[in-house]
Amino acid sequence: MASTSLREKLGSYLVVGPFAIVLAFPFYWMLWTAFKTDGDLYNVENIPFSFTQGSPTSRNFTFLFTDTQYLDWLENTAFVGAIVVVITLVFSLPAGYALARLSGGWGQSVGVGIFLTYLVPPTLLFLPLSRVISELGLQDKLTSLILVYPSFTVPFSTWLLMGFFKTIPRELEDAARVDGASRLTTLLRVVFPISLPGILTVVIFSFSLVVNEFVYSLTFISTSSEKTISTGVFTELIRGDVFFWQGLMAATLIPSIPLALLYNVFLNRFIAGFTGGAFR
Amino acid sequence: MEAATAARPRRRRRAFLEERRFLAPVLIAPACLFIAVLIAGPLLLAVYLSFSDATAGSLTGDWVGFDNYLNAWDNPVFRKALWNTVLFTVASQVIVLIAAGLLAHALIRPFRGKWILRFLILLPWAAPIPLGAVAWLWIYDSLFSVVNWTLVHDILPGGGELLPYKIVNAITPWTIEPFDPPQWLGDPTLALGAVISVHAWRVIPFATVIFLAGLASIPKEVDDAAKVDGATGLKKFWYVTLPLQLPIATVALLFGIVFTAADMTVVYILTRGGPFNSTQMLTTWSYQTGINAGSLGEGAAISLYLLPVLAAVAILMLRFARRSEVS
Repeated sequence: MASTSLREKLGSYLVVGPFAIVLAFPFYWMLWTAFKTDGDLYNVENIPFSFTQGSPTSRNFTFLFTDTQYLDWLENTAFVGAIVVVITLVFSLPAGYALARLSGGWGQSVGVGIFLTYLVPPTLLFLPLSRVISELGLQDKLTSLILVYPSFTVPFSTWLLMGFFKTIPRELEDAARVDGASRLTTLLRVVFPISLPGILTVVIFSFSLVVNEFVYSLTFISTSSEKTISTGVFTELIRGDVFFWQGLMAATLIPSIPLALLYNVFLNRFIAGFTGGAFR
Repeated sequence: MEAATAARPRRRRRAFLEERRFLAPVLIAPACLFIAVLIAGPLLLAVYLSFSDATAGSLTGDWVGFDNYLNAWDNPVFRKALWNTVLFTVASQVIVLIAAGLLAHALIRPFRGKWILRFLILLPWAAPIPLGAVAWLWIYDSLFSVVNWTLVHDILPGGGELLPYKIVNAITPWTIEPFDPPQWLGDPTLALGAVISVHAWRVIPFATVIFLAGLASIPKEVDDAAKVDGATGLKKFWYVTLPLQLPIATVALLFGIVFTAADMTVVYILTRGGPFNSTQMLTTWSYQTGINAGSLGEGAAISLYLLPVLAAVAILMLRFARRSEVS
């Protein structure tokens, strides 16, 4: 095993370093802006990379949580996300398993077919769906989002789970079945427990798809108390030409950090599931 | 005797669930049905709407044939949007492929601090994009843009001669006036560049991750064989790494195309299609026509112009899936 040469290492730093700075800069900037006072922020004479005139301050965070409906939006997002994740698992766990193990040759084709529906973007569907939602009287209700969001989380999760289940050794199931367990018991008692890391990955990534969704949320919900963070921050904290920049940056920073940490933890499993399904 | 007959139905049900032929469809059907109702249904409805004169407030209208498609086409804004969508997609994907290729090759080697650098590179993909785009709105602000501040202030050692904007003026075809700094979201050309850059920023981490997975899957023996044959540097990349990487790179690219051409979030938050429709895309134009102006039929027709692209991507994906199945 040849070790990496010094030149190669230096090359890596020279490529990765600048990219890391550019890609992460907006987050550094969120953090910096979120702690500034008005006097410091809106004075072009001040150096934007340092603090003066009363900065750093936590006032912007207080403003966000007491004078805006930010907390409502966070709660709405968590609520919608949690229910959508449950619905997603109910549909995609059995389907993912059956496609990976029970279906034989046609399973792969159906799996790819389900996955392709994930490529049908919300921008094609939001117009008819917005009409359907208002015919059903669900406009401005979180129920509308709970109803529609599984349309992209279920195909995505079924595909990931199919990939995970393929990596589980068949012998484990065979052993349980030799001991007299039925297929369904094997599924519940043997397969699902050892697939827990994979299932958690699906939970994280489905939840993150919900937080990232913008078009449906923008079209279906216009009451400010029923908004999710994806639209609430952008539509409510910007009023006409008045921008609450520090509050805005605090609002973007708060959900980003935990999600980014979770992503990092589950990334390798995500890749395994995403590419393990068909493209090995 | 009696006990045996009573037990039979239960045993039959159990046998039914044990049979793969039956159990598999039973487990798959709910997901398929759900997808049919929530995706195929609305998609067909969109096609129907695009052939009708339905407006906001109703779900039906009179059949008007291809009128909506033709009306949309006749509008110069639509053609601008179509061209912008192509430009937006191609330009951002080219940036993404180059950046992700470089990053993946650099990140595959072990080096000190790799963990933290990888974390920083992943951030744009891990954070919700509607929030990330708002941060860019602030970075590109008309008065307090940090980019502009950096351009015109003396931050490099070397005094007034080395102001960043002077360097830009010297080595690029652009000219920056320090008292009239670039309006990143207010100038038609710059605004298009801004939305392209923000979208590339967002997709680079995803493509890097997929490329890394592809590189990591190349067996060590292939590497060693290439070394024995004397293939190094560019030669090795061209004859060994690239062909092996191509399938997974194509998948990442196809994904990128769909999620760029059909993405509305970045453009809507940064510019809403402005200034003067210079960043109007099919998605934002469809939203404005269908929701803001209330022409449901024409809005649906505009968004369905994206369908050929999606169909082409889907066919290519299927082809790849089949090939990897055979191998």
